[in-house]
Amino acid sequence: MTETSFVQPRDRSAGSLALRIALRWGLYTILVLFAIYYLLPFFVMVTTSLKSLDEIRTGSLVALPREVTFDAWKTAWSGACSGIKCEGLQPYFWNSMLMAVPSVMLSTLIGALNGYVFAQWNFRGANLFFAFLLFGCFIPFQVVLLPMAKMLGLMHLSGTIPGLILVHTVYGLGFTTLFFRNYYVTIPHELVRAAKVDGAGFFRIFWSIFLPLSLPIITVTVIWQFTQIWNDFLFGVSFSQAGSQPVTVALNNIVNSTTGVKEYNVDMAAAIIAALPTLFVYVVAGKYFIRGLTAGSVKG
Amino acid sequence: MAPILDIQNLYKNYGSVEILKDINVSIEPGEFLVLVGPSGCGKSTLLNCIAGLEEISGGAIHIAGKDMTDVSPKDRNIAMVFQSYALYPTMTVAKNITFGMKVRGVDQATQDAKLAEVAAQLQIEQLLNRKPGQLSGGQRQRVAMGRALVRDPALFLFDEPLSNLDAKLRVEMRSEIKKLHQRLNASMVYVTHDQIEAMTLATKIVVMKGGVIQQIGTPAEIYNRPANTFVADFMGSPPMNLIPAEARANGTGSVLRIDRDGMEPIELHVPQNGLTGEVIMGVRPEDIAEVGFRAGEAVQTGACLVDMVEPAGADTYVLTRLGGRQVTARLHAETSAQHGEVLDLAFDLEKASFFSPQTGARIS
Amino acid sequence: MSDWLARHVPKIVLTPTFVAVVLFVYAFIGWTAWISFTRSKLMPRYEVDGIIQYTRLFSSPRWDTALSNLFLFGALFIGVAMILGLTLAIFLDQKIRIEGALRTIYLYPMALSMIVTGTAWKWILNPGLGLEAMVQGWGFPDFKFDWLVNPDYAIYTVVMAAVWQASGFVMALFLAGLRSVDGEIIKAAQVDGIPSWRIYSAIIIPSMAPIFLSAFIVLAHLAIKSFDLVIALTGGGPGYATDLPATYMYAMAFSRGDIGQAASSAMVMMGVVFAIIVPYLYSELRAKHD
Repeated sequence: MTETSFVQPRDRSAGSLALRIALRWGLYTILVLFAIYYLLPFFVMVTTSLKSLDEIRTGSLVALPREVTFDAWKTAWSGACSGIKCEGLQPYFWNSMLMAVPSVMLSTLIGALNGYVFAQWNFRGANLFFAFLLFGCFIPFQVVLLPMAKMLGLMHLSGTIPGLILVHTVYGLGFTTLFFRNYYVTIPHELVRAAKVDGAGFFRIFWSIFLPLSLPIITVTVIWQFTQIWNDFLFGVSFSQAGSQPVTVALNNIVNSTTGVKEYNVDMAAAIIAALPTLFVYVVAGKYFIRGLTAGSVKG
Repeated sequence: MAPILDIQNLYKNYGSVEILKDINVSIEPGEFLVLVGPSGCGKSTLLNCIAGLEEISGGAIHIAGKDMTDVSPKDRNIAMVFQSYALYPTMTVAKNITFGMKVRGVDQATQDAKLAEVAAQLQIEQLLNRKPGQLSGGQRQRVAMGRALVRDPALFLFDEPLSNLDAKLRVEMRSEIKKLHQRLNASMVYVTHDQIEAMTLATKIVVMKGGVIQQIGTPAEIYNRPANTFVADFMGSPPMNLIPAEARANGTGSVLRIDRDGMEPIELHVPQNGLTGEVIMGVRPEDIAEVGFRAGEAVQTGACLVDMVEPAGADTYVLTRLGGRQVTARLHAETSAQHGEVLDLAFDLEKASFFSPQTGARIS
Repeated sequence: MSDWLARHVPKIVLTPTFVAVVLFVYAFIGWTAWISFTRSKLMPRYEVDGIIQYTRLFSSPRWDTALSNLFLFGALFIGVAMILGLTLAIFLDQKIRIEGALRTIYLYPMALSMIVTGTAWKWILNPGLGLEAMVQGWGFPDFKFDWLVNPDYAIYTVVMAAVWQASGFVMALFLAGLRSVDGEIIKAAQVDGIPSWRIYSAIIIPSMAPIFLSAFIVLAHLAIKSFDLVIALTGGGPGYATDLPATYMYAMAFSRGDIGQAASSAMVMMGVVFAIIVPYLYSELRAKHD
């Protein structure tokens, strides 16, 4: 649909041309204003994080820092206090990495195999099971929090990073399976049949034929899972304890820690640090990020 | 010699739906069997059952003398060409062809030798390093054939391999497949919905409908002596004329009385004897010609009103109505027949078929 | 590999997931449902004792607030995000030269954790040094904007932050929908001389009904699960003015030691989700069958 294609013949007089130019300017103005609306909070976060506390108290919210200082970033990374400990976000950042990377890999791998079965090796009852699996994507996680806490206790995984890996892998399977299934379903069944006649088995066909085709959907799934797991707070705050907390929980603790002076610049620096990995993914691979979001939403 | 493929009492159900009913077919080594029928008749399912890609619900399948009923596809000593070609999209042509050997652990030297041989045979040497996405339809078709040829199997299976090609290429590939069959003297099972393909390729045709075999025979048998009105109508283009008639005995043969709208009934004498009552007479369009182009004992003439004239290049088809049905006659290209005129047509009834109007089955 | 194994390998591959789903989803739901009918407090007890927890729940003023907050927040959040998303999508669909950049800007909040969003907005909205102070500094000393700490208005700050985070995503959904409308229909309408606003209102938008439905489902789902944002922005306060069922459940489970209440509130949350999702799934599945 193009702007010019909407022009009606009767619009081609000089007066309405001026009107159209004005409308066009109005349109761009509105769009740019909205861009500012979306950018402003991030801009405020960045500028605040670069100001000293004095400047924050005296200056305006949106003013640029008079004197750029990275002290707040240093504190946020390695000195900010949450509760009694004052070691900054650093250890929790690595906790999140330690938690996210294995969960993403596990849930993607299992999801790929599941999707491959559902799309290409259907058996009696598979569709019913798939429906049950999808249903699991919709439940509010509050409904599994209590038994999960108990289960982690039984497995001696309470408050540990492996415990969180288990939780994120299990509850990520619905979506990863869905992604791969919807992708593999578009691949003709005859490919599997041809490979069977060629003598290849289940795993051989997966490895030699399906996996080499899967780069786009692996990217989408990995980005989706990484974003979900990195940004998770509910599981993190429910199933971790001091020392094993992910970065979102640590950030919240720093921001809400009541001891000492409120250091807004440190809060903002910490928030940006916690957001950096997912923002990085968004900037580098936005196309895949959006594809995952829309794929995840159309079905779930 | 033992049959290369022997199917006994094969049944296939999906739940309570019977897809294939009591299929019995066998072919000798070197035969070219074509399974033909309208879509949904079960021909592709039958092929998949032979390949082992579908489990069967009853009966047995023997390939080269061995019971293969419960054997997985890879151990059935077969090769298959698919309708969509099913080339592995991320592998080069060479890898596509050698994948099966690689899976089976054939050594590299043998793989290379076989690949070279097949590539030369199909004239695809210059394509070996391309990916399927870079090939034309005809080239993909050749690669798919190459993948089957390299296996050197007891039995080749083809699942509508030409249906994705355009008309010209289809005719070309058809004759290539035929040449290949003659050269290799291989045993083949070929599924198609195209009766011309069936006629040109087969040494034996199986006509199917609704999961049931209608007739098995050589192309000539199927064409000249169809087992029922379905086969008569399905095989041949334009199809066999099926004309309702009233028969009575007359000396050595029978006399058929055929009603016509707005004209006197026509009476034709046929050499087949013992026909009485209501029958359906099947006559091929080429057995109805202009008077003077046909002679012979069984030739009868009748004046018919020409409803339509359809020139088709080599022939001209003339449509008329007999017994309430549209009847096609295949005339010479140079015919002067005109729409609306009454034309004397010669009916060669030597090869006429007769079917029961109730069951559609062949009577004589 | 033996033949039996080869034949069953697809089922074997699915088995771990099957076990996980049965245990971690369905058995867990069952456990929570069970507990919601007991007098469990700090520790789970398994003697069923009727609907006592649900009676307690619905007579609790805090739950009352949480539930009405959910509906208020949900309605506003879904409504505003949809209108904003659709408007931006239509505006962006006018052959805008910098569309790519604008789209990237509108959508980036979706990549952020709700904790980050909450932290940022908490700072912006804080009355002492944030927006209020800024406008006062511009020469309006009487300007007041203390919604964050005002029990009557705090829930609206949650709406503001949530809309900021999710509206770009709704925009992306709608934009994809606008672009998927059959171009020939639009051309036909143009040939008929139909003005562009009518093409939108009469042809394009009605044909996007499924996208409205998906957007609604996603947003409703987000609203019901909203937990992080409230925790980071208001902590449920002032008092419990911005409590949502999710924060209520969490408080009962992990700080108040009232497992029975936690379980019953979680079950109610699931009921609300299913009341929305099940008709949707049903219509989806029916549409597929036709």
